[in-house]
Amino acid sequence: MHKKTLVSTLVAFSLTGLLLGGCGSKSSQKSASDDTKAAKVTKITAVGSTALQPLVEQAAQDYQASNKNVNLTVQGGGSGTGLSQVQQGAVQVGNSDIFAEQSSGIKADKLVDHKVAVVGMAPVVNPSTGVTNVSMAQLRDIFTGKITNWKQVGGKDQKIAVINRAQGSGTRATFEGAVLEGKKAVTSQEQDSNGTVQKLVSSTPGAISYLAFSYVNEKVKALSIDNVKPTDKNVTSNKWTIWSYEHMYTKGQPDKATEGFLKYMSSDKVQGSLVNKLGYISIHDMKVTKNAKNVVTK
Amino acid sequence: MDDIQKKLMSPSKASREDITGRIISYTCIAAIIILVISILYFITSRGVATFTTNHVNLWQFLSGEEWNPGTLNDHGQPQVGALPMIVTSFSVTILAALLATPFAIAVALFMTDIAPKNGAKFLQPVIELLVGIPSVVYGFIGLTVVVPAIRHIFGGTGSGILAGTIVLFVMVLPTITSLAVDALRAVPAYFRSASLALGATRFQTIYKVLLRAAMPRLLTAVIFGMARAFGEALAVQMVIGNAVLMPHNLVTPTATLTSQLTTNIGNTIMGTLPNNALWSLALILLLMSLVFNLIIRYIGKRGEIKS
Amino acid sequence: MTPHQSDRIATQLINLLVGIVVLILLFLLGDIVLSGFPHISWHFLTSPSSSFSAGGGVRDQLFNSLYLLVLTLIISFPLALGSAIYLSEYAGDNWFTGLIRTAIEVLSSLPSVVVGLFGYLLFVIEFHMGFSILSGAIALTFFNLPLLVRSIEGSLHAVPNSQREAGSALGLSNWRTIRGIILPVALPGILTGIILSAGRVFGEAAALIYTAGQSAPLLDYSNWNPTSSSSFLNPMRPAETLAVHIWKVNTEGVTPDAVSISAGASAVLIIVILIFNFGARAIGNQMYKKMTGGK
Repeated sequence: MHKKTLVSTLVAFSLTGLLLGGCGSKSSQKSASDDTKAAKVTKITAVGSTALQPLVEQAAQDYQASNKNVNLTVQGGGSGTGLSQVQQGAVQVGNSDIFAEQSSGIKADKLVDHKVAVVGMAPVVNPSTGVTNVSMAQLRDIFTGKITNWKQVGGKDQKIAVINRAQGSGTRATFEGAVLEGKKAVTSQEQDSNGTVQKLVSSTPGAISYLAFSYVNEKVKALSIDNVKPTDKNVTSNKWTIWSYEHMYTKGQPDKATEGFLKYMSSDKVQGSLVNKLGYISIHDMKVTKNAKNVVTK
Repeated sequence: MDDIQKKLMSPSKASREDITGRIISYTCIAAIIILVISILYFITSRGVATFTTNHVNLWQFLSGEEWNPGTLNDHGQPQVGALPMIVTSFSVTILAALLATPFAIAVALFMTDIAPKNGAKFLQPVIELLVGIPSVVYGFIGLTVVVPAIRHIFGGTGSGILAGTIVLFVMVLPTITSLAVDALRAVPAYFRSASLALGATRFQTIYKVLLRAAMPRLLTAVIFGMARAFGEALAVQMVIGNAVLMPHNLVTPTATLTSQLTTNIGNTIMGTLPNNALWSLALILLLMSLVFNLIIRYIGKRGEIKS
Repeated sequence: MTPHQSDRIATQLINLLVGIVVLILLFLLGDIVLSGFPHISWHFLTSPSSSFSAGGGVRDQLFNSLYLLVLTLIISFPLALGSAIYLSEYAGDNWFTGLIRTAIEVLSSLPSVVVGLFGYLLFVIEFHMGFSILSGAIALTFFNLPLLVRSIEGSLHAVPNSQREAGSALGLSNWRTIRGIILPVALPGILTGIILSAGRVFGEAAALIYTAGQSAPLLDYSNWNPTSSSSFLNPMRPAETLAVHIWKVNTEGVTPDAVSISAGASAVLIIVILIFNFGARAIGNQMYKKMTGGK
């Protein structure tokens, strides 16, 4: 008898699997057709930058609480994924750390940029190096491999271990745009997330890298550049030059539901509190603007 | 008369059952074949785009040492040289498997033949537990324990092939051990009895009978361990340093195929060269693991005893 | 050296190696459990996660991990079982069978991010399944199949031929012999396969980021309607598992207590896996005893 039960359980299992699969595709098709009607629940998917994800995710949760007719899904996947998916029309919003213009393979004129926050970045070193301030030229020489020992910039006699960010990541593009002046960075260790970089720098003697402001903690030392401190205030006036926008791209003008959410993102409700809580700088606070070619205007 | 004839000519209940069984299992294998083919096709089609669409020279790709897919070199060629990653992936996988296999087989023997009662009761669940620890956790333990230790002993940053090998050793150990236990358990008891009856010591029985009889499945265990090591990314990425440099020794930062793939794939735009080049890495990985697999199978065939 | 001396030396060597492994195990588990245990509380287990303030829990992630495991097994186990039966009982010993075996094994060395992207492009985008547990479960099936198929096949293969002959002698069909005699005998080996693959489901992160997603919308545990988008049973909702959550707080987490959340979540994960493994073995042994008529 029990052998039969085994088999019938198996059959039941596989049937449920099939059924679930069937139901799944059906229900998703239904929601896809709902998009066009816009009468019932509209589905908005935003993918891309992992750095921006927590902000959008939290904002989406708050927004949905008062707007029941929108169903927001916010996921990571990286800026590249966000840009290519929104370009293909596979998702409604592509989150990105970099300008679409800076990304080869993206037709930037087809995409509409919605800047939702500003993020400042600071060079960070392991506290054992004994350095607190460098000049912009020194910083450039460190990352291009010309300076290899901390004593050359007034620190201890210790080898410099450069930890760069992943090629093509928004953070690296911003840093290199502001610091390297088109020169090529030395081939070195690469990590792709703020958390890992922070842990590596804090544990590796002589290490240098760069982090978004919100990840700078007491275990790593943020450097001043030419005696300018990495603070939000210095970013808003562009005295601190290593910063970038966080973008939410749509393909063409957004539809009504998406537009509503994007409006909410730039409203005071998000910009006034949530943005700061998550370590970003509000776009309303900026006294300057930067374009895709890194030109800053007041 | 007709009734009997009809009864004799029509399939029996048993053979009808058998047909049902065949249909079920054939359907399953067909489904799996479709899955395998679809993913292999997917990777191959994207992986060869580097060479067909972007016209990268295959030999340059395999032998170059500069990896900078976003920029062109002096000759206007994209810098996509995967050699450092191929060498590193190869080294960490082989080293981890070489290191883990003796330990895994020892533990498996301990559970099946030396202390079958307590060994199996406590060790097995704990070892199986290790499979479920997320790679990130292994990565961070590697970052906070293994890397500083290596830095302390050898100097430098501590990241490199050695750190990667140690982390992977721990990660593949449970896979190889569990499968090895099953392999040894599957050796019929009369093999052991016969050998012991001939006056062989336990070690002689293990070495001359058990290991040989279980050889094909032990090799499968090792293959799966290596496959895991080969494909592992998140943990390795943290301890290997992730710098695309030719490894000159075991303690300088370098990068594996998977670590490079995982770090960069989210930042590249689909259809562009940097993205295609990463898929080519996946394709290389696939081909390399195929070669591994065939070599091990070949070795296994030679050592096999027919039962 | 006499055979007895070499026997002693070999035994010592094995004991030494086992000792080293045990030490590594103790260190690892001790490290994870001890550093995580202080952070586990009822509050931690029963409150939703928080994206920036301290005090978030792992309730939804824990449930998602379990739910994903169930869905994955529902999809992959029958497939693997059927295929393993084919490979061990029906397939001839020819190049085609060898090809299938090799292909399945090569599949298991794919980096998870590749499987994740494949799942993303095919299921999430092409089949309009969206970021969902179901997409995640199908992607994970790709990982599970090799290990499951091979370990089930191996354990079916290990069943002595005399058992099959006994079945045939009783006039049973092949299928009935497999179902009634061989599968029950092979059960312990099948269990190993399930437990190992379940471990991978619990621990996988990279493949799920692109398929099941890495955000956990608020769940309504009183909503038992699997088609409603806030129901905890809905397989079409995006879901963040424990392993993905650990990955997320470690890489981009901005909560002030990220370290303790990660440690606590890792310890929770270990305990859950431990319970699952022991449970699966206990149930398996029960079934084994019942089905084989052993003591």
